[in-house]
Amino acid sequence: MLSLSQYLREVGWGRVSRVVVSLGELQAVDREVFEFALKELANLYSVDIGRFELVEEEASFECRSCGFRWRLKDLELPDEVREAIHFLPEAAYAYLRCPRCGSADFILASGRGVKLEGVEP
Amino acid sequence: MSTLQDPRLVAVCERLKEVRAVVPFLSSKGGVGKTLVSVATALALVRRGLRVGLLDLDVTNPTVHLVLGVRPGSVAPKEEYGVVPPEVSGVRVMSTVFYTLGKPTPLRGDSISSAIRELLSITKWGPLDVLVVDTPPGMSDELLELLTYIRRFSSFLVTTPSRLSLESTTRLAELVAGRVAGVVLNMAWEIPEEVARLADRLSVPLYTLPYDSSVEVALGNPEKLAGTRFAKAVDTYLGERVLRLLSTTPR
Repeated sequence: MLSLSQYLREVGWGRVSRVVVSLGELQAVDREVFEFALKELANLYSVDIGRFELVEEEASFECRSCGFRWRLKDLELPDEVREAIHFLPEAAYAYLRCPRCGSADFILASGRGVKLEGVEP
Repeated sequence: MSTLQDPRLVAVCERLKEVRAVVPFLSSKGGVGKTLVSVATALALVRRGLRVGLLDLDVTNPTVHLVLGVRPGSVAPKEEYGVVPPEVSGVRVMSTVFYTLGKPTPLRGDSISSAIRELLSITKWGPLDVLVVDTPPGMSDELLELLTYIRRFSSFLVTTPSRLSLESTTRLAELVAGRVAGVVLNMAWEIPEEVARLADRLSVPLYTLPYDSSVEVALGNPEKLAGTRFAKAVDTYLGERVLRLLSTTPR
């Protein structure tokens, strides 16, 4: 939110009609809690926002070794592993391997982190 | 639609707002003892009554916890609108090992930067006098992350008398000149002229730490470590130096 308020100051906008935030599936952020927190922060930093739009980005991986692609949804992970990845998405590299060739060299292709995708005046 | 910069960088600055001094231990050569010197310095500063944090910036191969005797999984950061680092022997410690539990975690460059930004943007250090940073060897992503957005730091360059280490340290000094508080000659079986010249050129003190075989036995036991000749030298030289740094740093 501080990043957004700084940005608004830089571009000289008093308010924005729409803010788009993407939530990476890998970090398992609760949408309702997150939206509530965003609105509270908007008040705290006096940012006048018309509408928040939260978009979930599916988490997927791509093996650098054999090119196989797979989704987080396809995996059964223990809760403690999901929690570790929730705090530190790169912890995925400690627990996951390519389901096809077993390589540890893969790309976190999508669904990482919380990103402010953009704002509209 | 406008796109914004990585918001984690703003969060990192916020999280470090109450930290008076960031003190990284740097060396582009491995095996010179950065981790031991970092941990011993952090423990020495706690004994001097300071509020101290310790960050293991080696995100793929963390070892700070081994020196402190922390078994991965036995302590964890506490979630509280971010995460509060666990306190070990009076030091607030943060490491990726709390999330990877010591499993091999191979990361390529971008992922290293991302892991560091993530860790620093969620960690609530709270008010600290000093944040000691143990860094991995090399001149790659970890160092660049430090140089890029933790601009205000005072580092110690760590080397051994080996020419290989000295050459690497001299090269590194060019990158961080102006942000060096001292040169540390560790495991000093001799004092080469080059290291004294390097300290002179940087206009910083040279600190000589002895090779002390009892340190290996004290690994994992902070109290025992404090009793070693090595830790006493760290306390005398680096403890004093950091106190002097703080005396010129605004509260």
